[in-house]
Amino acid sequence: MSCRRFALPLVIAALAASPMAPAAPVVPASDDVVLERLPLAANDPTARRLGSLRARLAQAPGDLSRATTLAREYVAIGRAAGDPRYAGYAQAALAPWWKLERPPTEVLMLRATLRQRQHDFPAALRDLGVVLAATPLDAQAHLMRATILAVQGEFGAAAKACAVLEIAASELLWAACADGVGAMTGRLPESYRHLSGVLDITPKADPQTRVWVLTGMAEMAERAGLATAAERHFRDALRFEPDDVYLLAAYADFLLDQGRAAEVTVLLRNRTRADTLLLRAGIAAATTRSADATDTLEQLRSRFAASKLRGDRVHLREEARFTLELLGDARGALALARDNWAVQKEPADVLVLLQAAIAAGDGAVVQEMTDWVRRTGLQDARIDGILRKAHPK
Amino acid sequence: MRRCLPFVIVLLCWWSQVAWAHKPSDSYLTLRLDGATVVGQWDIALRDLDFALGLDADQDSAITWGELRARHAEIAAYAFARLKLLADGDDCPLVAGEHLVDQHSDGGYAVLRFSAVCPHVPAGLDADYRLFFDLDAQHKGLLNITLGAATESGVFAADAPRLHFDTGGGGSWRQFRDYARNGVWHIWIGFDHILFLLSLLLPAVLLRRDGAWAGRERFPAALWEVARVVTAFTLAHSITLTLATLGVVALPSRWVESAIAASVVLAALNNVYPVIGERRWAMAFAFGLIHGFGFASVLGDLGLPRGALLLSLVGFNVGVELGQLAIVAVFLPLAWWLRDAWVYRRLVLVAGSVAVAALALAWLAERAFDMKLIS
Repeated sequence: MSCRRFALPLVIAALAASPMAPAAPVVPASDDVVLERLPLAANDPTARRLGSLRARLAQAPGDLSRATTLAREYVAIGRAAGDPRYAGYAQAALAPWWKLERPPTEVLMLRATLRQRQHDFPAALRDLGVVLAATPLDAQAHLMRATILAVQGEFGAAAKACAVLEIAASELLWAACADGVGAMTGRLPESYRHLSGVLDITPKADPQTRVWVLTGMAEMAERAGLATAAERHFRDALRFEPDDVYLLAAYADFLLDQGRAAEVTVLLRNRTRADTLLLRAGIAAATTRSADATDTLEQLRSRFAASKLRGDRVHLREEARFTLELLGDARGALALARDNWAVQKEPADVLVLLQAAIAAGDGAVVQEMTDWVRRTGLQDARIDGILRKAHPK
Repeated sequence: MRRCLPFVIVLLCWWSQVAWAHKPSDSYLTLRLDGATVVGQWDIALRDLDFALGLDADQDSAITWGELRARHAEIAAYAFARLKLLADGDDCPLVAGEHLVDQHSDGGYAVLRFSAVCPHVPAGLDADYRLFFDLDAQHKGLLNITLGAATESGVFAADAPRLHFDTGGGGSWRQFRDYARNGVWHIWIGFDHILFLLSLLLPAVLLRRDGAWAGRERFPAALWEVARVVTAFTLAHSITLTLATLGVVALPSRWVESAIAASVVLAALNNVYPVIGERRWAMAFAFGLIHGFGFASVLGDLGLPRGALLLSLVGFNVGVELGQLAIVAVFLPLAWWLRDAWVYRRLVLVAGSVAVAALALAWLAERAFDMKLIS
């Protein structure tokens, strides 16, 4: 039998069953058709550990230590994989305490983490406030509080929260916190040098902290225009955590900025389950005019549509970037970037709002961003370049 | 079979290229209320079902159709124990239907079809949804519900597991508008109605003199001709639409649909071999009566809310008229402008009518003898 006759229908059937266009439901042709691949095989060590923790909690759902142990595992896996389902599992494990005004400290910390991840920053800060009222020297709580305040652009309050860490935490944690804020408020070179020095004299830092510090340093170096150093830090961090979604996204942004889109495609191959990474892969595909650029674009479109359906506002920054860089819709991107700006004010948020405002010809917003950069003392090679072009003097 | 290999490889590559999204857990619930019956479809992520029930029997991290099929009864029991539909507070028991699968942006989904028969036609329908909230506190159920001509959406969440819907559709003005919109839509997608009307209107800008067509000289005359045809058609189909909807007259739909096709054939042929002269309005009226029954069956399919029957009927009819006027508003200036051109008199009027008649003849055969020719 010749194959051509049914090759086309086959391809059409495959396309019709694509995730971009949910087709009509079907009965699969045979029992062997694979419908889904689970993130963890049942005999994977992590899956086994989670399974036994879950079973133990099911025997005693009110057991605080079992619940928080399981929730912490879920939070960690969800963060590393960029998979939001684990946040829901963690919250369910904490259900008996979730709605309490003052649950135990362990629950408060986990609840603050999950609320931070959903970008409910005010609620997360409230939880941390309760923790700190009871244990004023809780380093973890101060660190998370400083991080959230910095994301909100409250640099003064963030610096104060970091200052407590000088007595409450290791030198490296304190330096990472304080220098992180310093680097956003007019002291980028000094902060970067100081943090590098502290990291050099802390060879025994645990890998997780090291990756976190290295990622921060890489971003500082990038903003200072020190591409070679940034590259080195990213690569060092990736040696410890090759699959960390935040790190991969930051590195991909760096590569895109350096005009190395082809490397992004290689870096993110098979790692595009997280929207943040698919976005970078999509921009790389569009830049290199790759064949699957349209395909990725449609996938992104359907993912943003799906989160709109459920009322999620977590990926506004990504959606603004998608709308600007891949859809070329400056007005739409500006509206999204403004909504995003009301929630978070990191350099990446300044950047996307500024670019959208310039593309849409909104001078007032460009001025607003210019004032913000001047007032806070934010230094960022990329933003500076854009502002110089926008205000040629 | 060997020659197929390249294609199979292309397909496999295509599949592996698909990047399922990391997405919070959602299920997609579609409900459609029809009288006292609710017809539903529920798409539930396989990953979530696996988390709840453990579907991966051979522990290879892949869920196959065989593994899923073996657990169908258990899945249906699990899911339907967590969904309740209530007609004014009275339970509408759910009956599981077929199991299918589908894909959404984050992977494979089990598709559960079901129906529920309520003890009476509800004035208010409540949906109570408890799926997965105990396992994933951020799970959401995304609901799409069709009540008569209106479609609404809603989101079930752990802190909002119950949604209420007025089957009246929320206010009579809104309902009127919904039915009017459906009326407009139906005339626009109802090719047979449009072709019938256009066939009768094509000669309106012309006059038959000595066995040949010539353009009319005065616009008011053309306008009057159009108005006569449109008014006659409207009057006639309004009468039968009302009678059929109120249940005074009922005709078998095969008969009606065939007669509508026949009316298009005759109206088109009349442009090629004019037999009824200037009395096209009479034809519009006579066959308009038949078209009214066609509209009535569409309105019946949409479902009519008890207590607002007249309102929806008038709304639908107004919609049909508005849709018709829009078509006329586009047609008339164009036809007037082109009336003296050869293109209009030969190509559009004659060749166009022949084509329409041929198409309608095929419809007639399909509908009368229940065959498949073109559609």
